[in-house]
Amino acid sequence: MLLTNREEYDVIVVGAGHAGVEAALAAARLHFSVIMFTVSVDSIALMPCNPNIGGSSKGHLVREIDALGGEMGKNIDKTFLQSKMLNRSKGPAVHSLRAQADKQRYTAEMRRTLEQTEGLTIRQGEVCSLIVKDGEIRGVKTASGAEYLAKAVVLTTGVYLNARCIYGDVSEYTGPNGLKAATKLSASLIENGIALRRYKTGTPARMDGRTVDFSKMQEQKGDERIVPFSFETDPESIQKEQVSCWLTYTNEETHRIIRENIDRSPLYSGNIEGVGPRYCPSIEDKVMRFADKDRHQVFIEPEGLYTHELYVDGMSSSMPEDVQKAMYRTVPGLENAKIVRNAYAIEYDCIDARQLKSTLEFKSIRGLFAAGQFCGSSGYEEAAAQGLMAGINAARLIQGKPGIVLDRAQAYIGVLIDDLVTKENFEPYRMMTSRAEYRLLLRQDNADIRLTRLGYAIGLISEERYQRFKAYEKTVNDEIARVEKTFVKMTDALQEMLSENGTAELKGGASLADLIRRPELSYELLAPVDPGRPEISERAAEQVNIAVKYAGYIERQQRQVESFRKMENRRIPEDIDYSKVPSLRIEARQKLEMIRPTSLGQASRIAGVSPADIQVLLVWLKK
Amino acid sequence: MLDEQRTIAAVSGGTTPAGICIVRMSGNEACEIADRVFRGGKKCPRVQKMATHTLHHGYIMEGDRPVDEVLLSVMRAPKSYTGEDVVEINCHGGSMAAEKILTLLLSAGAHIAEPGEFTRRAFMNGRMDLSRAEAVAEVIASQNDFSLKASVAQLSGAVSREVRALRTQLLDELAFIEAALDDPEHYDTEGYGEALLQKLQPLTERLKELIDSAKDGSILAAGIRTVIAGRPNAGKSSLLNLLSGHEKAIVTEIPGTTRDVLEVPVRLGELSLVLMDTAGLRTSDDPVEKIGIRRAEEAIENADLVLYLTDLTEGLQEEDLSVLAGIRESKKPLVLLFNKKDLLDGEIPPEIRPEASALLEDVLCLPFSALTGEGKDALTAEIRRIFHADRFSDGSALAITSARQHALFQEALAALLKTQEGIMEGATEDLLAVDLTDAYRALGEIIGEETGDDVIDRVFEKFCMGK
Repeated sequence: MLLTNREEYDVIVVGAGHAGVEAALAAARLHFSVIMFTVSVDSIALMPCNPNIGGSSKGHLVREIDALGGEMGKNIDKTFLQSKMLNRSKGPAVHSLRAQADKQRYTAEMRRTLEQTEGLTIRQGEVCSLIVKDGEIRGVKTASGAEYLAKAVVLTTGVYLNARCIYGDVSEYTGPNGLKAATKLSASLIENGIALRRYKTGTPARMDGRTVDFSKMQEQKGDERIVPFSFETDPESIQKEQVSCWLTYTNEETHRIIRENIDRSPLYSGNIEGVGPRYCPSIEDKVMRFADKDRHQVFIEPEGLYTHELYVDGMSSSMPEDVQKAMYRTVPGLENAKIVRNAYAIEYDCIDARQLKSTLEFKSIRGLFAAGQFCGSSGYEEAAAQGLMAGINAARLIQGKPGIVLDRAQAYIGVLIDDLVTKENFEPYRMMTSRAEYRLLLRQDNADIRLTRLGYAIGLISEERYQRFKAYEKTVNDEIARVEKTFVKMTDALQEMLSENGTAELKGGASLADLIRRPELSYELLAPVDPGRPEISERAAEQVNIAVKYAGYIERQQRQVESFRKMENRRIPEDIDYSKVPSLRIEARQKLEMIRPTSLGQASRIAGVSPADIQVLLVWLKK
Repeated sequence: MLDEQRTIAAVSGGTTPAGICIVRMSGNEACEIADRVFRGGKKCPRVQKMATHTLHHGYIMEGDRPVDEVLLSVMRAPKSYTGEDVVEINCHGGSMAAEKILTLLLSAGAHIAEPGEFTRRAFMNGRMDLSRAEAVAEVIASQNDFSLKASVAQLSGAVSREVRALRTQLLDELAFIEAALDDPEHYDTEGYGEALLQKLQPLTERLKELIDSAKDGSILAAGIRTVIAGRPNAGKSSLLNLLSGHEKAIVTEIPGTTRDVLEVPVRLGELSLVLMDTAGLRTSDDPVEKIGIRRAEEAIENADLVLYLTDLTEGLQEEDLSVLAGIRESKKPLVLLFNKKDLLDGEIPPEIRPEASALLEDVLCLPFSALTGEGKDALTAEIRRIFHADRFSDGSALAITSARQHALFQEALAALLKTQEGIMEGATEDLLAVDLTDAYRALGEIIGEETGDDVIDRVFEKFCMGK
């Protein structure tokens, strides 16, 4: 007898990578029943490539995810091996926190969190098709023949869709690390009118640490004082012994081997058709494109405390195995190194995210969302950020509430998603601080101030944390006000302190804030001459210092943001018929028709839409 | 960027070289901005106090110097063309004066209007029938198309190339900064500020030169306003007649015959000059002549170039020296012509009084004959030198520049200066990038190019990024 093989949930998440887990957690924490599919329950929140979280601009994303109630920051705080604030000597807008992860523990901790979340079901299985009716998602079918019905579905298939791993002339139809690829869903997506494209990325070989000679490399230690990602992590709780990374370099010999065998690289022989990212070039790309460089950096990084295995950062490749063996061994310290896993390139199906709304819902299928590498991005953090937003918006769709869209002046997440759904991307999209027009405002240090309120309103920030945040914010504001209006006394001690720090002595009155603004000084340095200073946390002190020190630049960007917002607030009706708008240039009309921007601001960012077209639209909207 | 709040200005209507031009300004701050450049008569109220729909006589001032005599009208919201506060300045001096006034308004806080923006604002503010939306859209689209082409076409190929080259250099710096910020373990910014300062130096110099040459260019295009000055009967009118090729001024042997300022357009080789013959500069009791002398002083004030004539047979007199001192003070380019060389045999050097030599440092003193034309070629060469005319013949200077381009060049320069200032104050690279990006954008607008993902593309092109 055939039994009914059907289950019902509110939200289905397809994929359990960094996007999938955030989406599933967000929807479940908003009290919806969620089922999350994965091809392997052992690969939840897997880090199949680099063993770190954060870094330039990605650290910003993690802090924002945290402020909105996502999990990534908390999870890495629990599982890191080494932590570093990058760019400390540069401006606050580009300070970036980066942590080396213990990969196994990262995965295990995330799985534990998921398993402890009420209403969240984890299910191993391959989703093979969508159930769509009347332009609305109804659910999915699995390869086993089961039907899962839901009001919303989030696709977070990462690099698994029709994945193919390649090195030399070896190609295997698997996902990363030899995991099973998802081979059936693509056809169903195409059937439902979703256009797919093919991207590629790559990863370096892993070495057996017992065969690596660290004496030939430079040790890279973590920061002495460790700063957590999450607002909820007590800094004192994470001060610990850290594991080092190691720096070494390629050399002429490495490059010679690569050049002499370049015809055997699938990238050059044409065996790979997918488009790879420019910012993450394979070592053969680096050697061929930057022929004038006689060496490239290589960082040797631990994969975890559970293993000797080491990640060879900077040398991703898809060369044949014999070439890999030879080239890695030219690198000082790796002369006798044994490869544990080969380097490989991976090709996969993904979408041009311009098929999505800013809420990450498909324009053509109601209730179907997408996030992560499936949307054409790259990186764990980019994926997690989208996953969180897709999960939130899937929940809100069911609640009948308007979607949450962060704008470009609000968060890196806003920049990321706006770029993905508005601009034409030709390669896996990676976050960069230079993509954020208002980056002096979108700092990692103030992510909580920018977004915690919103996270609370959405329902992902606990009451307890919200109260603590408000107290923190008040401390910061009070202290900023105090240093602005407190004038220092011109004592000998003060003058001495000033000249000791290489800055001019005071001739007239000055507020503490005036002194903080001097390049040579900081809030921290002024402590000895500031008897009225209250005791505040490191985090608050940093916030005060930055807000005061860079007030001029910050105000300048805030003024720019005002005019930016005016354009964002000019909404374009959903049912606008661009063929009826006179005097639009043909290219503009086509682009507008395809992307269907929600605001004049978004329209103005579409390549091919000129300022004149925007004016024409403005006039038309008034009509 | 479209911004409804800002006050916009533009030269309205055709820009024919002569006749009346209107510079129009619209927005909340129109009256306030007008007050910064307009000076009316004693009884004339401040623009902000003027009654709506009234017309006032006065001058547009650049500092203390009048630029043009104008009629200014105020139309307050909502009863104006755009439905906002509108100030219109009717100016005399043709399109060049109008562009100059526009430039002054822009530096006083107005923003250059986008093509079609007045019309659009009128529409948005309900000053136009909604059924005309289609027509308004049409106007905006066509004006944009035209003005973009026109303004880019105004730039010579050499200048566009130069702007492109400047932009490329800025782009390289921005790309380096971004590469270093994005991949700090790979690219080091140690000592970069110093290096950048050095690199920006020639760029700012070149921008200044381009802006100066734009000034030269507009002077050359409009005709060099040239005052012929000198004591009575030094031969000023003869010089005018020599250059114009016919008798324009009354030439008599009686000192003080010329009583008004004559304006005569003439060609001098490839140069065009607007000659202003003046009454002899000297103290006079004759009331008619007195007015002439005051006008002459005003003319010098408004001139681009002064040709000072003195009688070679008489040498420089006390009176000459006091007038020359005044001219030198005004910093106007000056050529000293020792006239009536025809009356002397051979090459007798002019006797320059010792105290004059300091006064006339850098000034070409040219033996000349207004009667025979001797010295005319040397004079032409000197004028060409002063206005860098050679730059224009090979197209490497800004031949003509609109107020829009002028404003953009100034913006780019200001942003670069700010970057340099930032470096000296120890600003971090992410802050420097803010100003550098401003300069890059402004230069791009000059040649009609948007910024887009230029920097990121450059980063990947030039720097080996990522792990």
